[in-house]
Amino acid sequence: MTERLAFLWPEIALFLTTCVVMVLGLSRSAGTRRATPVVAGLGVLVSLYLAIATTPGTTPGVCPITGTRFTPAATAASGQLLLPDMVPYAKTVIAGVGLLLLMLLAGVVDRSEEAQIASGKRVFDPLRSNAAEFYSFYLFSLTGLMLCAGADDLVWLFLALELTSLPTYIMVTVSTARNASREAGVKYFFLGALGAAMFLYGFALIYGGTGTTRLNEIAMIFREQGIGTLPMAGVLLALLGMGFKIAAVPMHFYTADVYQGAASPVSAFLAFVPKTAGFLGILLLCATAGWSYDFAGSGSRLLSGEAAVQTPWGSRLPEQVRLLLWVVAALTMTVGNVLAILQGSVKRTLAYSSIAHSGYMLVGVIAGPADGSFARSGVAAVLFYLAAYGVMNTGAFAAIAMLERSPGRDGEAREIDSWDDLRGLCATHPRAGWTLVVCALSLLGLPPLLGFFGKLPLFTSGIHAGEIVLVVVLGVNSAIAAFYYLRLAFLPLTEPADTTAEPVAAAPFRSRSLAGLLAAAGVIVIGIAGGWLMRASETASGGKPVVDDTPEAIGPATPPHGGGPAVTPRHE
Amino acid sequence: MLLIALLLIPLVGALLVAAGSAKTARAIAASTTLAALALSVWVACVWRTDGAQTQSLFFAVPWAEGLGVMLAAGLDGVSLLLVLLTALLGPICVFASFSAVKERERTYYASLLALQAAVTGVFIAKDLILFYTCFEFTLVPMFVLISIYGSTNRKKAAVKFFLYTFTGSIIALAGLVYIAWRHAERNEGQWTFMIDALAVTARSLPIETQGWLLLAMMAGFAVKVPLFPVHTWLPLAHTEAPTAGSVVLAGVLLKLGTYAVYRFVLPFTPAAVAEYAPLLANLCVIGIVYGGLICWVQTDVKKLVAYSSVAHLGFCMLGMFALNHTGVAGSILYMINHGLSTGALFLLIGMVYERYHTRSMKELGGLGARMPVWSTFMVFFTMASVGLPGLNGFVSEFMCLMGTFQASSAWGSGVWGSLAAHRPVGATFGDLGPWYAIIAGTGVIIAAMYLLYMLGHVVWGKLREPHAHDHGAHNAGETNAVLPADLTAREIGVLAPLAALCIFLGVYPGPVLDMISPDVRNTLTMVEVGRAAADVSRAPHEPAEANAEHASPQPEVHR
Repeated sequence: MTERLAFLWPEIALFLTTCVVMVLGLSRSAGTRRATPVVAGLGVLVSLYLAIATTPGTTPGVCPITGTRFTPAATAASGQLLLPDMVPYAKTVIAGVGLLLLMLLAGVVDRSEEAQIASGKRVFDPLRSNAAEFYSFYLFSLTGLMLCAGADDLVWLFLALELTSLPTYIMVTVSTARNASREAGVKYFFLGALGAAMFLYGFALIYGGTGTTRLNEIAMIFREQGIGTLPMAGVLLALLGMGFKIAAVPMHFYTADVYQGAASPVSAFLAFVPKTAGFLGILLLCATAGWSYDFAGSGSRLLSGEAAVQTPWGSRLPEQVRLLLWVVAALTMTVGNVLAILQGSVKRTLAYSSIAHSGYMLVGVIAGPADGSFARSGVAAVLFYLAAYGVMNTGAFAAIAMLERSPGRDGEAREIDSWDDLRGLCATHPRAGWTLVVCALSLLGLPPLLGFFGKLPLFTSGIHAGEIVLVVVLGVNSAIAAFYYLRLAFLPLTEPADTTAEPVAAAPFRSRSLAGLLAAAGVIVIGIAGGWLMRASETASGGKPVVDDTPEAIGPATPPHGGGPAVTPRHE
Repeated sequence: MLLIALLLIPLVGALLVAAGSAKTARAIAASTTLAALALSVWVACVWRTDGAQTQSLFFAVPWAEGLGVMLAAGLDGVSLLLVLLTALLGPICVFASFSAVKERERTYYASLLALQAAVTGVFIAKDLILFYTCFEFTLVPMFVLISIYGSTNRKKAAVKFFLYTFTGSIIALAGLVYIAWRHAERNEGQWTFMIDALAVTARSLPIETQGWLLLAMMAGFAVKVPLFPVHTWLPLAHTEAPTAGSVVLAGVLLKLGTYAVYRFVLPFTPAAVAEYAPLLANLCVIGIVYGGLICWVQTDVKKLVAYSSVAHLGFCMLGMFALNHTGVAGSILYMINHGLSTGALFLLIGMVYERYHTRSMKELGGLGARMPVWSTFMVFFTMASVGLPGLNGFVSEFMCLMGTFQASSAWGSGVWGSLAAHRPVGATFGDLGPWYAIIAGTGVIIAAMYLLYMLGHVVWGKLREPHAHDHGAHNAGETNAVLPADLTAREIGVLAPLAALCIFLGVYPGPVLDMISPDVRNTLTMVEVGRAAADVSRAPHEPAEANAEHASPQPEVHR
């Protein structure tokens, strides 16, 4: 059991920070309360460091990112994971994008409350303050997300997914004082519960069909005995349920309302965190049901070349799973993009664009890991795209969150949400304007920005997997998307500012501007010089390890379960 | 390194302009474009002395290694010629904009410079992804130029321009990535996007696959050219764009399409091009005649010249699809000539528009009396555009038509069989032939009609000026009140180099043809080899002697 801790250090760091933040946020001293998000940020930074430095991958004794040596016990623990190399990559990306999101979340809650306390109108009342809960929930959600990556058991996966989602329901609800947020929170909660029920039901069916909840045992049973009707139904149901997390059609109905109802920073959070959780879950499930990962011996690794093709289960997903994902992907892209064009609200457009991007990424899931090389591996493409999407989408929402309209009757500053608000931003608010221009062009997939290099491997891996039709659908959808991204990118740049209307003001949070600028810079820099991220995601998909060990070297280097079957006893 | 400098100078200039103040924008833009021009002339000298193989003109570093993408640049005669054209039009556009653009100057000059960098990148790219990056990136500055500085209908024009070309090029990208995948499959999973390597793989694909790839690539490139059914964005964009925007659009942006056809379509899918050449040539011919007829009924001078671009580019593509040396070389020469003469026409129209704020032939007339210098240039460049012998347009137009005429293996049958019992000397393989050339030839006559008709209205005849124009000094507050009735020295300076080149290329096109000849021959060799391979794999009925006639002496030529 204790060796499991070896790859939980980032989560532990986040959890400890959560405990601290929960107390700090309720302090009577305003200074301490203001320090709450900073402490949360420090916690995420520590967990980012731990994710890079301590999480072991499959390569025995060597961390795939830093080259740190690991004890055999730590490696053995990671050997029981389904996609062990994905864990360090996913945690690093989660902590990195999480930091950006935290900068964006500054000032979402308690703004008018704190203003009243500062002006002496009211004394601090812990019951009215939300900061402690808000930042704790943020950290909880990130913890859950990191746990998803390292899930090796259906129960673990379910708990991790719920730990990711449950805090977001509350974050949506408290994000503004408007009724729209409450409505969005309730809607999100009920539909989220429906999604959770679906994949829980699916998990139960899988357990019923295989008699185990451990993913690598299930995978071995599937490979040896084929997938029976009952577990297959379970897999399909679970995938559909996770479709809720990634906002895939037909589980997308909440998206636009929730994104619009929540404050923009929280919408940005929703676009990255639950989506990443869903994709990590989908990747784990797909690796269980198909693909050429080998679980014999010391943990899983990707079979390549002839070995992958000669496995009895083949290198592809089972046909039913492929078909389901295919239809969902095509629908998700098309519905997302077409409906995005019709929206009159910027946030709703971004919500539908988020749906469409999930559809793009599903192409990579369908393509599968192939031989693990970056150009052919759909898994590497999905992992790369998740990071790219996290950065560019956070940037787009940051541009919206940097601005606001002066307070209305309820005393709350209103968010900007109409297309007219974007006019001439590059002249009036250059930082927000240029962030939006760069990020929208990247979301559109214009080279040489990050979004293009995210989409290109989806193209190549899809073609390699023979999914020509789906790749064409992807291409056509990228063209459809140009309609609304063009508006998003060029309204700030080319239109004159609307002088008749009440002018848009900058929101008084410097960290939001910083988040936007960092995201925009990332979009440009990683786009032009992003080879390292590509290599990292290639490794994460189980492709070439950084240290080039031969398979013979891997075998004896992991003593505790050396040569034994992958089905190892539980550590409870 | 020289090549990267060629790409970076305008880019750095654009950043400097954007970072500087409005006052310095002009000076920075002017000096940057002049520096880029000087450097490209220097590059041309290096190229001539060291030859195309020289390492000083080749550049390759890994870019996105996981995908095998390289930052690779190189030059052959054709790309050098187009780089020179781009570099020449750069300062001309900047100098021509001094009086026309008075507000948001930084954005304007930064866009012009970024556009120049992107276009240069397209011409020097040796890697598909670098090519595509620059190809797509041209859209952003052009969109900005049209939608901020254009005339009344600019929004619609800009959006239409962007969506048309973006959609097309995504489809082209899908086709090209497919080729890259096939290449990787053959080379043990080693992905590369180097154009020359991909061409080898693409040529060996079966003709059905090549047909689909041709369709995909033409979806992207034909829009940019533009060929007949997908040309509708062009007149709108041209008409609405600011003067310098139109010049760049006509001068180099359309050449991205024709250059891409030369660089990708011919060497990548030779068998399919040979197969579908009649279809493509039909589109060109329709474009020539239809574009010409539309020009005839225009009253807006700029729109007239815009539609004439559709017709002219039809000639250019017709020569390309003739697939013989005369036709392809003529087509490349046409790219340059069209850039010079149509660019100059847009400049001239812009100069009139600055003075009268109208371009309507109903309101303007007899300007020869008011603006003799302008009229002289107008007549000169119109003649160049019509194709008057002795000026540049004639040479390339004649070569394109000549190539089309020759490209016929159907000699000796049908109507022509009765005229010529034997295959005449000079006929090359191909399914085009006299009929295409003759119908396209009527386009020359139509061009003469509409352009001379326009001249007759605008330059000669009774003097007609719009009443409420701010002409002269009586409206001192107006921006353009400072402009005299006729051209200023700056404006003459902008036009003179173009005029000189028009005469030079008309009288003595030899050096330019020598420059592009080896490369055209290489490309045609690839076409021959690819087509012959497809013929062998299908049926051995093809007359082999047709290939032997102009096959290059060294069939395996690597640039």
